[in-house]
Amino acid sequence: MTGSEPTPPPLLAADDLVRSHLSGSTLIPAVRGVSLRIDRGEFVAVTGPSGAGKTTLLHLLGGLLRPDEGELRLDGRRVDRLREAAWARLRRRRYGIVFQSGNLLSDFSVADNIELTAVLAGMSTRTARERRQELLADLGLAHKATAGPGELSGGERQRVALARALVNRPELLLADEPTGNLDSRSTRDVLALLSRYHEQGTTIVLVTHDARAASTADRVVSLFDGRIADDARVEEPPAAWRSATGIRDVIDFGG
Amino acid sequence: MRHQLLALLARQPAYGYQLKQGLEQTFGAAYPQPNIGQIYVTLSRLEKSGLIRGTEVTQEGKPDKKVYEITEKGTEELAGWFEAPTEGPRVRDEFFMKLILAEDTDLADRLTLINNQRRHCINMMRGLNKLAATERGNRTSLLLIEGAVLHLQADLDWLERCQEELI
Repeated sequence: MTGSEPTPPPLLAADDLVRSHLSGSTLIPAVRGVSLRIDRGEFVAVTGPSGAGKTTLLHLLGGLLRPDEGELRLDGRRVDRLREAAWARLRRRRYGIVFQSGNLLSDFSVADNIELTAVLAGMSTRTARERRQELLADLGLAHKATAGPGELSGGERQRVALARALVNRPELLLADEPTGNLDSRSTRDVLALLSRYHEQGTTIVLVTHDARAASTADRVVSLFDGRIADDARVEEPPAAWRSATGIRDVIDFGG
Repeated sequence: MRHQLLALLARQPAYGYQLKQGLEQTFGAAYPQPNIGQIYVTLSRLEKSGLIRGTEVTQEGKPDKKVYEITEKGTEELAGWFEAPTEGPRVRDEFFMKLILAEDTDLADRLTLINNQRRHCINMMRGLNKLAATERGNRTSLLLIEGAVLHLQADLDWLERCQEELI
């Protein structure tokens, strides 16, 4: 070994994770042996049919569920056996998480929902307000700052949840179907925002059914029946795609 | 039809009429079936290109008939067909043929075919995203791109169904 730098451990490393859910008195396996390495700065989409284990895997990666078997490392350090309090600290400091449900605090305004997260993590109220304003503007929701979660549509709630997950500039964003209820235009806003954070160095793991969202990532992991069926880099399109003739590959003009 | 016949012959040698029956049994009523004339024309072209080899078999009281087998060149051609992503607006038709015919040929497995096609669709989607970014402000163009996006999404959803049913 002559002065070569040791390779840094991946940001997240899952080894043979297994997790089942109890349904009545039967154990239903959801994740059946998933090994996955996610390097710092990667943008990974996890796709697959419903029931493939996508959400369970995301919850395992965020410490919201503990694996029945297998190991999880963050920066090379075992975290799969940490207690809940330690996980909560870790998530507050390093993770941003968007759940499918959005779960916002119903008694607080949109602005407070976002700023509170930032202030709890130690940000000054002034910076928290600035960050909140910026994120809501990026997501086309500046006019909803004083609204309560009950006054929002499903798609608006999802975008507020995303703003809340990003307000601390987390190292790692875990997002479960963040474009699930969105129209085409809001989807575009959300994907543009994710790309911008990714360019600034945020590592992103995105669970999605939406191929447009998946193709924004630079790597797509396909889950099937609790296992990884495929793990592939997304390739830059060939030059032909830069002109509209590329569409002919998909739509038949009948000419 | 060349690749369908090659794929059937990769399983075992067959007569022209057996190939017609083979196609009918494999694809069922949902897929348009070629007539026997088209099959014989295609077989003679495949033989001329050296992709298959026909041998006359004498039959008592009936005219001779030819049994066809795939050649090494034919096997290479077929393996190349399985390997290439399926392009064009008729993605689903041709891809479906590959998926169904791959079985028992030992030249391709279904999961690999599905994975490659998914990668291909996602890369195309990436291209459409880029295109949409350069066409921002052109509503007509964006609508067309959105149509293509929805088609691709449908293809991907259907690939998932194929995976659920066949793998």
